[in-house]
Amino acid sequence: MKTMERMGSKFIFVAALLLIIGAMVVPALVTAEEAAPAAAAATAAPAPNKIDTGDTAWMIVATALVMLMSIPGLALFYGGLAKTKDALNTMAMTFVTFCIVSLLWVLYGYTFSFGDDISGIIGSASKLFLKGVGPNSISDLAKTIPEYIFIAYQLTFAAITVALASGAYIERMKFSAWVLFSVIWMTVVYLPVAHWVWGNGFLAKLGALDFAGGTVVHVNAGIAALVGALILGKRKSKPIMPGNLTLVITGAGLLWFGWFGFNAGSALAANGLAGAAFINTNTAAAAAALAWMFIEWKHSGKPTVLGLASGAVGGLVAITPAAGFVNVSGAIVIGIAAGIIPFYAVAKLKPMFGYDDTLDAFGIHGIGGTLGAILTGVFADPAINPAGTGLLYGNPGQLWTQIVAVAATLVYSGVMTFIIFMVIKAIVGIRVDAEEEMRGLDESEHGEKAYNL
Amino acid sequence: MKLVKCIIQPYRLDELKEALGNTKVHGMTVTEVKGFGRQKGHTELYRGAEYTVDFVPKVELELVVPDDAVQQVLDLVVKATRTGKVGDGKIFVIPVEEAIRIRTGESGDTAL
Repeated sequence: MKTMERMGSKFIFVAALLLIIGAMVVPALVTAEEAAPAAAAATAAPAPNKIDTGDTAWMIVATALVMLMSIPGLALFYGGLAKTKDALNTMAMTFVTFCIVSLLWVLYGYTFSFGDDISGIIGSASKLFLKGVGPNSISDLAKTIPEYIFIAYQLTFAAITVALASGAYIERMKFSAWVLFSVIWMTVVYLPVAHWVWGNGFLAKLGALDFAGGTVVHVNAGIAALVGALILGKRKSKPIMPGNLTLVITGAGLLWFGWFGFNAGSALAANGLAGAAFINTNTAAAAAALAWMFIEWKHSGKPTVLGLASGAVGGLVAITPAAGFVNVSGAIVIGIAAGIIPFYAVAKLKPMFGYDDTLDAFGIHGIGGTLGAILTGVFADPAINPAGTGLLYGNPGQLWTQIVAVAATLVYSGVMTFIIFMVIKAIVGIRVDAEEEMRGLDESEHGEKAYNL
Repeated sequence: MKLVKCIIQPYRLDELKEALGNTKVHGMTVTEVKGFGRQKGHTELYRGAEYTVDFVPKVELELVVPDDAVQQVLDLVVKATRTGKVGDGKIFVIPVEEAIRIRTGESGDTAL
């Protein structure tokens, strides 16, 4: 509790500090506008892009919030679910991925996903090594904030997408294989898919709606999780209970908190749309957590705390593509669906097919993301966001577009993940040997123990 | 002297400790253990995966008592920990060759 209060007051303090600094800096920016119109004229925008300090302050904070979702949010959520002898390795996978993506993003990740569109498939290399980007640059994709912040914000999305897939690979994947996977998968899977949906690629041109990453993040990572889990094979030991559920709950709470940056921040501005995304996010998470809880209560006799946390995460996943398009009643429906369907994916589908999706990355992110993306096509309310009209508001075509976008992502990511795993298998091998797996990956991959009592 | 080793349900420990306070027993050693006798081998469904629960948490209590107190202690332990359900536990009595109080060097019954 104290940690949350400290974080809450830190949040307010930082936001206030930024606003004060912003207010002092505005006069300087007004005189520096000579630089901005030149950049805007080069991109032929009708009016010069201009930095709004409120938007900028919010987006700086939102970026930090999404970073928090990776470290420590996802690290704790996954780490607590892992066996104690694999907990550090599980967290390391998220941690190292964030670092790898951070670096590669500024080198080439940003330009290939958000650079000028080439045939709807990929971005150009015009901003390789962030060439031409300076403190006064503004991207046409985020017209009121510094481009550096837009770059950083998108970076955090790329990082967590890769890290999400690790949930299906833990307790048996070589660390070297994971490092290679992070590099290759981000490059050949995340960059194109992000470009297709958010970088004016072919799915965006088709009219696919994805406010904060239903397809780009969750469907993408979810199918990669499933494919990788199938190639890696099942763990040798029988499943035992999660190592530390208190970390799982803490992680889930941090994820929920950070998700406000993920969804509301995807408005790329401090405005009413961000407000709508915010309230939708919270509502869907709560509805999903309760739906999962009640279903589980009926199904297994007892409502588990893990179920509450999983339900909340499922709701957050499903509302991600819809957050800035639906109204609150849509959010409630999506939330309830996201508590029910991923529950059955985890409780019934997984044991039925027997794939070892260790932490239900496919069950919650893959299926939850697909559910959310498709329901966005149903519930998108033009009164919330004129850019999106769904089936219920007289546009049945949107549903089809959503299905196409999900299918494209599933196929591309699934096939590419398969190829990547095969390549890595040939180079360094993907799985630790049986003895290392028994000993625990903390010891075998890192030579460390979580607790040295 | 005898080592009385009791494996009991963890939630009966406090009551047993209270009961032993009224006897010649001046000390004990307690360990958290896992084990099974007839209580083992059921499966639980958790988060879509089937978990086999073999080992059940128990508490192991070790007492070294003079020979003339053994029967009283055994009766007392049984009375304080018996619930009548499977999983109550077991007691083992093992002969002890020597006991020493480290601080003073006393040995035998006076060391207990």
